[in-house]
Order: sequence, then structure tokens, then C-alpha cells
Amino acid sequence: MAKQRTPEGPPPQPPVQKLRIQYARRGRLRYSSTRDFGRALERALRRSGVPMAYSAGFHPHPKISYANGAPTGAASEAEYFEISVTEQVDPAAVAAALDEALPEGLDIVTVVEARPGSLADRLQASRWELRFPGVEPAELETAVAGFLAEERIEVERMFKRGMKSYDARGPVEWARTGVAEDGCAILKMVVRHTTPAVRPDDVLSAITAATSFAPPRSPIATRLAQGIWSSETESVADPLATD
Amino acid sequence: MSGETIFPALEPLLEKVSKPIQYVGGELNSTVKEWQVGGHGPGGEELTVRWALMYPDAYEVGVPNQGVMILYEVLNERPDALAERTYAVWPDMEALLREHGLPQFTVDGHRPVGDFDVFGLSFSTELGYTNMLTALDLAGIPLHSSERTDEHPLVIMGGHASFNPEPVADFVDAAIVGDGEEAVLAATDIIGEWKAQGRPGGRVEVLRRLAATGGVYVPAFYDVDYLPDGRIQRVVPTESGVPWRVDKHTVMDLDEWPYPKQPLVPLAESVHERMSVEIFRGCTRGCRFCQAGMITRPVRERSITGIGEMVEQGLQATGFEEVGLLSLSSADHSEIGDVAKGLADRYEGTNTGLSLPSTRVDAFNIDLANELTRNGRRSGLTFAPEGGSERIRKVINKMVTEEDLIRTVSAAYGAGWRQVKLYFMCGLPTETDEDVLQIAEVAKRVIETGREVAGHNDIRCTVSIGGFVPKPHTPFQWSPQLGAEQTDERLHKLRDAIRADKRYGRSIGFRYHDGRPGIVEGLLSRGDRRVGRVIEQVWRDGGRFDGWSEYFSYDRWMAAAEKAFEGTGVDVDWFTTREREEAEVLPWDHIDSGLDKEWLWQDWLDALDETEVEDCRWTPCFDCGVCPQMGTDIEIGPTGKQLLPLTVLGSGKESMVRS
Ligand code: SF4
Repeated sequence: MAKQRTPEGPPPQPPVQKLRIQYARRGRLRYSSTRDFGRALERALRRSGVPMAYSAGFHPHPKISYANGAPTGAASEAEYFEISVTEQVDPAAVAAALDEALPEGLDIVTVVEARPGSLADRLQASRWELRFPGVEPAELETAVAGFLAEERIEVERMFKRGMKSYDARGPVEWARTGVAEDGCAILKMVVRHTTPAVRPDDVLSAITAATSFAPPRSPIATRLAQGIWSSETESVADPLATD
Repeated sequence: MSGETIFPALEPLLEKVSKPIQYVGGELNSTVKEWQVGGHGPGGEELTVRWALMYPDAYEVGVPNQGVMILYEVLNERPDALAERTYAVWPDMEALLREHGLPQFTVDGHRPVGDFDVFGLSFSTELGYTNMLTALDLAGIPLHSSERTDEHPLVIMGGHASFNPEPVADFVDAAIVGDGEEAVLAATDIIGEWKAQGRPGGRVEVLRRLAATGGVYVPAFYDVDYLPDGRIQRVVPTESGVPWRVDKHTVMDLDEWPYPKQPLVPLAESVHERMSVEIFRGCTRGCRFCQAGMITRPVRERSITGIGEMVEQGLQATGFEEVGLLSLSSADHSEIGDVAKGLADRYEGTNTGLSLPSTRVDAFNIDLANELTRNGRRSGLTFAPEGGSERIRKVINKMVTEEDLIRTVSAAYGAGWRQVKLYFMCGLPTETDEDVLQIAEVAKRVIETGREVAGHNDIRCTVSIGGFVPKPHTPFQWSPQLGAEQTDERLHKLRDAIRADKRYGRSIGFRYHDGRPGIVEGLLSRGDRRVGRVIEQVWRDGGRFDGWSEYFSYDRWMAAAEKAFEGTGVDVDWFTTREREEAEVLPWDHIDSGLDKEWLWQDWLDALDETEVEDCRWTPCFDCGVCPQMGTDIEIGPTGKQLLPLTVLGSGKESMVRS
């Protein structure tokens, strides 16, 4: 094997602090993917001067890790990532600077200093809201009741390795319908994170499979929260509360 | 003409299309101005001039385009103007827009393109012509300029393709030739004044005023007569006050035009994930195939300090981690060494990469390459010898010997690069199979030398080869183009020659395109007004995105051409593989690139004689005609100035760091 080339010059500065960050993806930017966000974030980090830690080698990358991104097209109030920095920073100042540097619609919610423990382990479930423009609230209510009456509903989706079939009913811990202030029918639900992840469109497919409910256009989904699932309180707790 | 956003109607469609992010806008540094930003005159006249700017290809290709970015910014800086961008929509979106009765829209304000005063299209390649027709049709603008009324925007083209606008003469109202930044401002003045006066005389009058400047070509004001054998007899203006020949625009002193100052940063992935700074415009190397070099003369350099300021400001505004130092031959900048070193010093430790997107073999040196990659990534190096044999390189005036090439690549491999990309062309005038097969020999020598200097076998060289298309305003404008089949045959022989070699073959990558798209490009490049019918026919038959191999259909073009040329006595071969004579009136002769036609003809004869011509930057003027004709001058350094290292990126850090 040929010699491994290493760049000349000093090795990258070591990370001294890890930050956990919650951000929101709003409005028309819900059509951005996690990759799109990654590009925007790296540029925002550079513009705002966050002292990022980089990997070594000829292709140094800033040390960022993303957790469980919402599907493209869904809005979210609760997306998470972690970054490592080479100097001790004030999380609130980073939050302000980053938010300023990101495009409107990609908004920083909180920045905290990471304590030990894995963030991914704490992202156990998501609370979603789905808006159904053009659907009668009563119609949605009936459809969701039909869905909840089933124990399992298999749905299919295309993955990189081909079609996969999985249960989209089981992971739905609870689901309630209602009416938004503007009269639009809405569905709120908590979905546990399983593999493959059950997405709002999977739940919709499952509702349709169970009840032949067919909305005139796809609902607008927003992830309201992500975090630790408690079956006692039936709630999703802030994953950064212990940091 | 309300300029009302159509976003609410568009939004439900976004769920159903591929890559919806390309339609939502909101890019960092993008602008949405008030529709009435310029206010009103005493009689209620609108004082705002509104441009919808289109790069007629997919968003991912169009959004990094420097030309559009510059015009967008200079127009939006004016208090009485606004500019928004639009790109070609993918066929899935086109179908949905038609189904829902929605128009071509801008990505900034999601306003209907038909509501603007001007629909400006920038063509760097002719293969975007069918996409223009889609956009016009979706916008509700009649395809033919003759059918448009005062209700419709003025359709104005620019970009390199406007040096021969004849194939689209029926579809565009006007063409602006040459550098756009000053020209669009001048056009905006004229259109604004006409609007303020209450639009006297309608669109014909405003076009007349534009044409009278001498720098805007309005095809409808010219008649073309043909000879019985199909050649053009003459092109005559039909309106008084309209010039016989239309001049190209040339911006002098690039330091006064430091655009884009706020480059757009798309969220979506695009073809260039970097910021570009144009370090000079024009090129006088004199490569005979190169239209860009010929039509952008003379050479105008941006100063080292001007470059430094643009890089600094652009990085602050975008956060990109790579800066491309753009030009036709970037290593030729008179102070490129100081530029590279100055920038590398300045951005030491910030992981900011620098790149020279085009590197001539002879202008390259390894110190420069090392400086460029000091703070960033070290990807492969690219060189463009263009021709395989010494003889053919003389024909094209490439002025590079095989020794130059070998010396350069061995320096590169010796300095630790492992991958070198070489660009060549196939189908150059007077070329034979032997000239092309020589490319295989060059590639083998490159690998052989590379293994020697690197001391190991882990190196690669990729040969990329494209079909040559003769272009207007070059010495090869008279040349026959090689037929698609012959091109393919030659390329297959070359591929076999490379593969047959057991010792080197596996270290050499080979990329080529088949010859057929080149024939269509040739037809559109050197066509005249009769070609417009072919474009329209292709579009009606479903032609879209001709620059994309998955959409391009040669058969569709040939079938359409057969239909459209019926009874004219001319055909595709007549436009492409036919050699022209000196006396022939060429379809673009009335577009003045500044180049003296006699000089071009002499250069064509020199090409056939394998005689080379020096670069006028370093030798006395050889009278191509541009400088005296255009009242311009070569503008090059050295200025003797230096870039000071100063820490600019990350200056916001202080507010975050805990002491
Ligand atoms: S006129 Fe002379 S100096 Fe100017 S570009 Fe042509 S050859 Fe060069």
C-alpha cells in the first residue's frame, strides 16, 4: 500500500467543549433537507465565527453530528445537532450569533453545553401535528378512530435497498384530532422512534389503508417536540433538560 | 400586472415535485423588493423598471451563474428598479403548472414572469433555447416577438450566445451583446424614461430607442435576404436610426465593478459549492477554437487589492469555504503568484480553500498549486492541452508542447498530487485519426513519468474529451464540423488504444460524449433565422433540457429539422459539416465583436498552415481589431501591491468566547 499522505503543518486544535443545539425549520424552508441544512449551517458557523473543531486530514470537516432529522417537506420545531468547539464559549452567545447567520426559517431554539450521555438515546419519540386543509374535522375524526381501532397496519416505502414493509400503527402511542383556530382539521400524535422510522406520511398511508380516507392534498406536518417518552405521563420530555 | 405572489397556489404543488427546495427562494443574499419601489409620476406613471432574469437551465445549474448574479445585484441596487430570478422548471413541475393554470414564476417573490417589464435571459449555451420557449409559453408570453403586445414584457437575451442571436431572432425582442453590467443599467434608463412618459408608441417605440443606442440588437428591425443557393445575400436594417452593425459592450476597469458583492448562497445543492471572484475578463492567448477568448477581448485584470477585497467581503457575506479565482485562464493574471500567496497567508488556519478553475499547462507552476491548497483541500489538478498531437496544437494555436505538459504533470505528481485530469477535443479542423490516437500516447507518457517521479504506482490520469463545435467570431467559424459518426468512430479508436495497453491502461480514465449533441449545438451556434423553426418544432415535439443527456433527443432534432427545412434547400449538414468561403455573408456578421473579419480569416489560413500567433499581452499588438474598434485597451498589472494578512473570517468570535 502507498504511504498515507498527511497534510503539512500543525494538527487541528482539539475540541474542548461540546454543544447541543435545538433548531426549528419553518415556513417554506420545510422543503429543505437535512443535507441542505448541513450546508447552510457550515456556512453560518463560518460567517458567525464559532470556533469550530475540525477533523484531521486533507479533507478537514467541522465536527458536527446530526440526530434524527425530520423528512423533507415536514416543518419542525425540534431538530437537534451537536458541535464541538476549540474554545470555551457561552452557549447563549452562540445561539444568538448562529441564529443571526442562518437564513430566516432555519431558527436556533436553544444551545446548551453537553453533559455526558448520548443525545440520540434521548430522542425516543416525536410529537407531531398534521394540518389537513380542505378536510372536514368530523371526517378526519372518523378516519383516525378507524386507524386507532387496528393493532397493526403494514405500510410500504421505498428504501435504498428496495421496498420495505413495516407496521405504522404500533409506534403511534396516541393520536387525537381537533380543529385549529383557523378552522382547519388537525391531528396530533406521538410516534415512538422505531426502525425504520414511522413518518407522518406512513401514518397517513396507514389511515388510508384502514379507512380509505383520502384528503385532497397531503397534510402539512410539523414536528412539535422530540425527546424522552414517558408512558406514565404519555408525554415527550425535553432531551436537553439534563444538560 | 400586479406582481402578486402565486406562492399560496404553488405551495400544494411543492409536495408533488422533485427537489421542491429549488422553487422556494429565500437564498441568503437574495432580495424581494416592493413591486412599486420606484414610486409614481404625477400622472400615475409607474417609475419602477422590473426585470425577471432567467438562466434557462435547472436551478442547480443556474443559481451559481455569475452573469445572472451580477445583473441581479446591480439592478437591485438601483432605487427605481427591481430584479428577480427564474429558472427552468423540471418537467414534473411544468406539467403541474399547466394542470393548475399557474405561470412561470420568479423564485424570489413568486411573481408571474409575465408581470415584469423585461424578461431577460442569459444564454451561455445554445442548448437552453428550448427551455426559453417553455418559459415563454408558461409565462403566457407569445413565442414570437411579432405577436406580442404592450401587455407583454420585453424579451431580451444576453450571454455568449447573443453573439449569434439569429436562430432565436423570432423569439427574442432584443439582444444585448457583450458585458452586461453597464448595458442593463443603460437599458433600464431608457425603459424607465419611456414608462415615465406614459409608454409613448408602445413596445415598438421603446425597442426603437434601445436599438438607436447602437448596442442593442432588435432582430425585427432587420431583413435577411437569401441567395438562390441558400446562403445569405445581405442583412439590412429596415428602420431609420438603426445601426448596420450592433456593437458589443465592454466594461473597462473591473475594480469599479466588484460584483457580486453579496453572492447568493442557495440552500439546495448546486453545481458549484463555492464562491467565485472573477480575477480578469478576456483572454488573448488566441486559441482558435475558443469563442469566449475571442469575444471577451481585450484582457482586463482586476487588481490584486480589488481581488482581495472581493474575496474578503464575499466570504463574510456567504461563509463558503472555497473561493474560485475565475477567468478564462486564471494562472495568467500578472500577479497570480502574489494573489495566491496573499490569500493563503490571509486565510491561514481557517480551512478556506482556493482554486483556479482553469489552468493552462504552461502557466502552471507547482508553487502556485501549493499556495492554493495550503489552507484547503487538495483535489485533482486539471489541464487542457486540447489537442493530442504537436501538429494539431499548432492548428489550434494552443502553444503548448508535449514537453511542457510532461514537465508540468511530473512536477504535480512529484509534489504529491495523485490525480491529473486532461481535457482534449475531437473533431478539430484538419484532424486525422492519428492526431486523436496521439492522446493515448500522451496519457501513457503522463502515467509513466508520474510513476517514476512519485516512486509508486498509485497515480491516475483522466482523459476527458469532447467534440469540437465551430463557433461564430472565431477563426474556425468557416470550418467544417466533423460529423457525429466520424467523431464517434475516432473516439472509439482512442478508447480501444487506451484500453489495449496493459501497463498503463488501468491508470487512465477515459470520459467522452458521443458526437450527436455536438451536431445540434453546431446547428444552433452557426445557424441563421431559418433555424428558429427547427427550435420551435423540437419544442412542440416535447424538447426540453437539451443540455441534459437524459432529456436530449438527437432523433427529435433531426426529424424536426427535416420538417422545418423542407423546401429551403438547406439542411443540418449545410449548417454544420459544410466549409464556408471567405466571401460568404455569415449570419452573425452584423453583430460586431470588434474582431476584424479579415484578421479572423487570416488566422484561419494560418491555422491551416499550422502557423502560431503569440499572445498580445506579452508581445506587440497583432491587430485583431478589438482595441481600436472598441476604444478599449488591454488592462493588466503588475500593480506591485501586496495583500496583507489580516484575520477577517470569524471576527464575531470574541462575543462568544468565555474568558
Ligand atoms: S487589438 Fe491588439 S492588443 Fe487589442 S486584443 Fe487585439 S491583438 Fe491584443
